[in-house]
Amino acid sequence: MTGALIDLFGWSYALASFLLWIGAQLLGLGNWISLQLGAPSPGPLEGMIGFVTGAPLTSLVAIILAINILLLWATAFHLLIVMWIERKMYSRLQDRRGIMLGLGSSEILRNTLGRIPLIGRPFRKASHLGTGFLQTVADGVKLFQKEVITPASADKWMFHAAPVMIAASTLFLFIAIPWSDGFWIMGSRLPNGDVVNPWGVLVILGAFSVAPLSILIAGWASNNKYTLLGGMRAAAQLMSYEIPMVLSIIALVVFAGTLDPFQLVRQQSAPLTFGLGPFGTVQIPWLPNWYIFNPILWIAFVVFFITVIAEAERIPFDIPEAEAELVEGWTTEYSGMRFGIVFGFKWLRAIAGAALIAILFLGGWSGPVFAQVWIPNIASPGNLWPIPILPQEFWFTLKIYAIFVVFVWIGWSVPRVRIDQILNIGWKRLLPLSLLAILLATLARGMGWF
Amino acid sequence: MAEMWINMGPQHPMTHGLWNLRIKVDGETIVDAEPEIGYLHRGYEKIMEVREFQKNVVLTDRLCYVSSITWSHCYCLACEAAMDLDVPERGKYLRVVSNELQRIASHLMWLAAYGPDLGLLTALLWALRERELFLDLLQLITGARMNQNYPRIGGVRNDAPGDFEKYCAKVIGHFRKKLGEHEKVFEQSKLFQVRIDLRKLDPYDAYPEMDFQPAVEQEGDSYARYKVRVEEMKTSCDIILQALHKMPTGPYRVKPPRRIEGEGFRRTEDSRGEALFYVIGDGDDRPYRVKIRSPVFSNIAAAPLMMRGNKVADVVAIMGSIDVCVGEMDK
Repeated sequence: MTGALIDLFGWSYALASFLLWIGAQLLGLGNWISLQLGAPSPGPLEGMIGFVTGAPLTSLVAIILAINILLLWATAFHLLIVMWIERKMYSRLQDRRGIMLGLGSSEILRNTLGRIPLIGRPFRKASHLGTGFLQTVADGVKLFQKEVITPASADKWMFHAAPVMIAASTLFLFIAIPWSDGFWIMGSRLPNGDVVNPWGVLVILGAFSVAPLSILIAGWASNNKYTLLGGMRAAAQLMSYEIPMVLSIIALVVFAGTLDPFQLVRQQSAPLTFGLGPFGTVQIPWLPNWYIFNPILWIAFVVFFITVIAEAERIPFDIPEAEAELVEGWTTEYSGMRFGIVFGFKWLRAIAGAALIAILFLGGWSGPVFAQVWIPNIASPGNLWPIPILPQEFWFTLKIYAIFVVFVWIGWSVPRVRIDQILNIGWKRLLPLSLLAILLATLARGMGWF
Repeated sequence: MAEMWINMGPQHPMTHGLWNLRIKVDGETIVDAEPEIGYLHRGYEKIMEVREFQKNVVLTDRLCYVSSITWSHCYCLACEAAMDLDVPERGKYLRVVSNELQRIASHLMWLAAYGPDLGLLTALLWALRERELFLDLLQLITGARMNQNYPRIGGVRNDAPGDFEKYCAKVIGHFRKKLGEHEKVFEQSKLFQVRIDLRKLDPYDAYPEMDFQPAVEQEGDSYARYKVRVEEMKTSCDIILQALHKMPTGPYRVKPPRRIEGEGFRRTEDSRGEALFYVIGDGDDRPYRVKIRSPVFSNIAAAPLMMRGNKVADVVAIMGSIDVCVGEMDK
């Protein structure tokens, strides 16, 4: 047993079986009633009961449930927390407290729930002392209430399709990214217990590059000069950043020999090992074998980190929606929750980018060794069983948030770069650097060094 | 892509106030530009003709609410030139101090607005945080944070409080440290490499007693203008401390005559460039004619020259760097 807390498919299967069992009981009740009313024996619904409790339908419902659980985990949990982290973090950078809306901010809650003697404590707090977590929720509710306006001159089908494409591709990222050894959708479990998904990283990269295309569509379909410029900028940015991004990953793949996120994480959870060519290997037992610790892959890491910031359209590279010159860029014409989707899913892409960085370079969900307690295995005497103190999901989330904090830190302390500068950085700096990274990785792998 | 006109204004994040810059773009490159101003025209020069000389100070305060004292100062100087009035020494020094405090506050407001223009919202909060200290100083000396109504024809309205020098020294010492942080934030990205022509700043003509070097840069791009403003803030700090140190005791105001026969002309270094007041009196207690020359007005006229050949994102950087104040531009 590994250190994963959540066994997504096992849980969804149990939940699906339970739901379908309830359905079968209801069907059985109907069958019994019709038998009492004089229907011929085994009853009209008997076949349906067999279908409902059968394995194919249970598996299907289990997969649908698993996908929904994962999407809820991404949007309702991570999105809110990450937005809160960003707003609190940049407020501290700007010498202010930022959002402070708390449970006590609602007068209605203060006067009702706050009056209850024991459990009313959090609601009784004065409004200016809240954590601010409810502010993002309130902003979402506000966007829900706003009117969704479609410009008269817009290309309506494309205009409506673009947010859907952005939402779909971003959510697909979360289907493709595994969160731990047990918390995944894409992959398959081998008989020996290992999970594999041989093309996982490639699928994630493919899903990443759909969003700029939909930004281009949105910018064009809005039929507005600002959005058009924003869309064109997104296209230019896509061209100049996708290539170094993929090339830097190729350097990693050449070095690691796999595109499988599970395999990458398994390789990185071993102790840090350097190959010294003909002189054997050196092992540093107190450090994990994360690829960021490997000097050969530093260039690839830096290039990949910068391109992920550009991919997530965070501030130094947010030129498609540069609010100073292009009002709000390609999102100018969107309103209401449609704006909420295109705006909020930017954070989801940032989370996905951070998760990808964590998987590729920072050991993914593998935590420190001391996070596990070893207890004797009763089934096979002599063997020890690792029981995690902190589960893998915790470590992975922690790493994602740490990387995200670095994103915020960079984003709120540098000005935006210009379109020609962004292309210069992409083509003249990052592309040669990533080619150099490939060369180094190939040399290191071929000669057995590092 | 075919060429097209884009409106940058009147309601656009680039414009700090109500004006419109129409740019003609070919893709991302600007082919032509055309400023449209006059949205905030209030007929200042005409209103001033029907009010008494002393009462016009309230109006000139509102020419640019970010830089009230410098404008009123310029107006008072022009009136005094028309009256041949001598201001007491202490009044002159108090004017210098309040002027320089106002200049720093104005430049900090510019720095605060320039940050979001370049996509750096943190600079807004930081610069406003520092500006608060100088507004406090201005409040200490004039009693108000905005539209202070402080300079008078013949001196200033009131004397500085006794321990003013102490507070000034404290704030300026703190500010000099913080200004280094601001510079670090801005200068790490050399994105203002836009060569345009701009008149070099005139050295001061009203501050003969002070020992300072006027801030001048040889280049004429946005980065140079940024450096000039930061340099000016440092110079202003020096001048304030010098002036407070050298300030003599005595009266700070003389009573001016109510009526003017003749004309007065004075130009000063405003926060944004060369400000000019031309006052003609025909023996009445109201001016016969007032002419205001706004530095922003003439800088805006150079917008097409500055814009051509640059990128769309440069519009914000260039126009932000000349520190547009629509109040004084449209008069």
